[in-house]
Amino acid sequence: MTPVDMILLAHGAGGKLTRRLIEEDILTRFENPVLRRLDDGATLTFGNLKLAYSTDSFVVDPIFFRGGDIGKLAINGTVNDIAMCGAVPMYLTTSLIIEEGFKLEDLRRILNSMRDAADEANVEVVAGDTKVVSAGSADKIFVNTSGIGIVEREVSGSNAKVGDKVIISGFIGDHGIAILSEREELDLKVPVTSDCSPLNGLVSSILDATDGIHVLRDPTRGGLATALNEIALQSNVGIRIYEEMIPIRDAVRGACEMLGLDPLYVANEGKMVTFVSPDDAPQVLEVMREHRSGSDARLIGEVIAEPRGTVLMRTRIGGERIVDMLTGEQLPRIC
Amino acid sequence: MKFLDEFQDPRLVKGLLQEIGSLAKRRVTFMEVCGTHTMALNKFGIRAMLPNRVDIISGPGCPVCVTPMNVIDAAIEAADIENVILATFGDMMRVPGSSSSLEAEKALRSDIRVVYSAMDSLGIAEGNPDREVVLLGVGFETTAPSIACTVLGAARKGIDNFKLITANKLIPPAMKALLDAGEVKLDGFICPGHVSTIIGSEPYEFIPREYGIPCVISGFEPVDMLQSILILLRQIDEGRSGVEIQYSRSVKPDGNQIAKRFTSEVFKIVDSDWRGLGKIKASGLALSERFQEYDALKHLGIGLRESAEPPGCLCGEILRGVRSPPECGLYGLRCTPERPVGPCMVSSEGTCAAYYRYSGGARE
Repeated sequence: MTPVDMILLAHGAGGKLTRRLIEEDILTRFENPVLRRLDDGATLTFGNLKLAYSTDSFVVDPIFFRGGDIGKLAINGTVNDIAMCGAVPMYLTTSLIIEEGFKLEDLRRILNSMRDAADEANVEVVAGDTKVVSAGSADKIFVNTSGIGIVEREVSGSNAKVGDKVIISGFIGDHGIAILSEREELDLKVPVTSDCSPLNGLVSSILDATDGIHVLRDPTRGGLATALNEIALQSNVGIRIYEEMIPIRDAVRGACEMLGLDPLYVANEGKMVTFVSPDDAPQVLEVMREHRSGSDARLIGEVIAEPRGTVLMRTRIGGERIVDMLTGEQLPRIC
Repeated sequence: MKFLDEFQDPRLVKGLLQEIGSLAKRRVTFMEVCGTHTMALNKFGIRAMLPNRVDIISGPGCPVCVTPMNVIDAAIEAADIENVILATFGDMMRVPGSSSSLEAEKALRSDIRVVYSAMDSLGIAEGNPDREVVLLGVGFETTAPSIACTVLGAARKGIDNFKLITANKLIPPAMKALLDAGEVKLDGFICPGHVSTIIGSEPYEFIPREYGIPCVISGFEPVDMLQSILILLRQIDEGRSGVEIQYSRSVKPDGNQIAKRFTSEVFKIVDSDWRGLGKIKASGLALSERFQEYDALKHLGIGLRESAEPPGCLCGEILRGVRSPPECGLYGLRCTPERPVGPCMVSSEGTCAAYYRYSGGARE
C-alpha cells in the first residue's frame, strides 16, 4: 500500500492533504452550494431568517494544558466557527466519546470548564450524547460540539476584495506552542499560555461599527498561513503580508526557532483575521483594540490582484517569498 | 528578539547588499552544502535580493536527501518485525523507500516513534525492556556525537535492547567528490555552520589548497549569509583563497574536541553510498569493532538490498548542483510536497521542497 492509499496523520493537519481529501472525497459526494463555499460553518436561509451552523471535534493531547483544556477548547472552537460566519452563536450540542477507565474527576473538570466557557460566550448547551469505548479504542476523551447562531452580516472567505486590508486580532502561535510545551517528549519549558477564548464579542463589536467587513476567519489548525491561503483560493485573489508587522511573542518565536517550526503555521484558538475595506480599516483596528480579545490587533497586509490564489510575504529584511499552505503535519493533535 | 533581530536588521542587510553589488564584478557561482542554509536562502528571499551575477546553488546538504533508499527500506523492514520499536528523526518519516515510507508503515501499525534527540531512543529502550528499540541514525557530523553518546550510554547502563542503524555521513569528502567530478564550476563554498561547530575549519583546508577555491563557514541568519557571500567575493577580488570563519560565535578552528572524541570512540570511517552521488571514499560512519553488538541490521539479520531510483527523478543531479528543481520533469507535477517522488521534495531542508514552498510550484 502506498502512502496515498490510506489516511495519514497529515490528512488531519489542515494543510494541503486535508484540502485534497475534502475536495476529492467529501465535496464530490455531498455536492451543494452551501458546502462548496468551504467556510468555517454553513450559512442557511429559512425565509427571512439566516442561520449559521458549524461542527467540530476535539482530540487535543494533552487534555489539560496551560490556558485551558479540551472542554473549553470544544466550546470556544464551535462558538468561534459560528462567529466567523458573521453570526451570533446561540445554541450548542456536544458529544463525548470517553475511554473506559477515564477518571470521573477529570470528566467533571472538563464539564465544568465547558459550562464556564459556554457562560462566557453566552451560549447554551441544549443537547448531547455520551459514548464509552473499551480501553485502548480511544485516547482518554474526544469531544464534539455543534452549534447554531443567527447571522448578523453575511461574511465569507470568498468575499475578499482587491485593496482590502488584513487585520490580525493579536499575537499568533500561542495555542500551538502552549500545547507543545506540555508534551513531555519535547522537554520544552516556555512560559506561553493558550489563547483559547471566545471571539463572538469581538466579532459583534466590529460588525456593529462598520459595514466594511468582508471576511472573518479564525486561524486554528494550520495557523495564519493556512487561513490566508484558504481565503486567497476562495476569493481568487492574492494576499501580501509584511513579516515585521505580524505580532509574535518572543517566547513563541524562540520556541519556533528551536524546534524548526514556522510560527505562521502554528495554531491559534482565540485569534481572527479580518479582511476589511481600506476606508474602514482604521476604525476596525480602533474598535478591536478597545476589546479585551483584540487589544494587540495589527494591520498585517492587504489584498492584491495578482498572483491569484497566492500569499506573498515581504520578509523582515526586504526580500519576498511565497507563504504556501502547510504540506505535512507540523504537529498532530493540537485541537 | 535579542540575538536574532540583530542578524535580521534590514539596515545591515541593505548595506551588505550594496557592498556585494559593487564587489561582484563577474558572474560567480557559490555552493552551500547545508539544509539550514537552503532553508534560510528561501525563507528570507535572499536569492532574489542578490545581484544576478551572484548565483547560490544548493549541494548535498540535506541529510534526509542523501540517505540511500536501501537504508529506508532496511528501516521499514526492521519496523515490520513484531518486537521492534523504530525510533527516527521526524524528517525521515515521509521519505519514499522502494515501495513504502515510515509514515505509511506507521499508519499500518508498525511501532514507529519520532524522537527529537537520539538520547530519547535510549529512554524508550529503558521503558520497554522486552522490546528491541532501533534508532535510525542519519545525519552528518552534527548528529554523530549525540548518536555516539547514545551508544556509549547504552553500553554504560547495560541497555542491550538498544540497536542502531548507522547512516551518518561526512561532508568534506562529499565536497571533494563534487569537485573531482567537475560537473559544476564553483567559485566558492559556503560551508555548513553546524557541521563546522563540531569539526572546525581544518577539514576544509584542502579545498583552497588543492583546488584554489575560497571557503567560508557561515551562520544561518540573513546578515550571516550575506556577510559570508561578501567574504567569498573579497577573496576572489583579492585573488586569494582560504577558509574563513564568518560564524565565529559558534565555530572554532579546531571544532569541538569533546564531540569529536565521542564520535571517533564509537564510529569508524568507511566508504559510504550517497543518494545521487554514489559511493564516496571515506565519507560515512559505521560502528567500530568494540560496538558491533549495537548494529541493528546485523542483529536483526537485515541486509541492504539494491534499490532503483524512481524513473525520471533528478534528485541526484539536483544534489550535485548540476540541475535546479524546475528542470526536473516531475517537479510540481507528479512530485509535490504532499506526494513526493524523490527525497529532495520531502525534507523541509530538501532543495526541491524549499524551492517549491517559497518560490511556488510553477515550472520555469
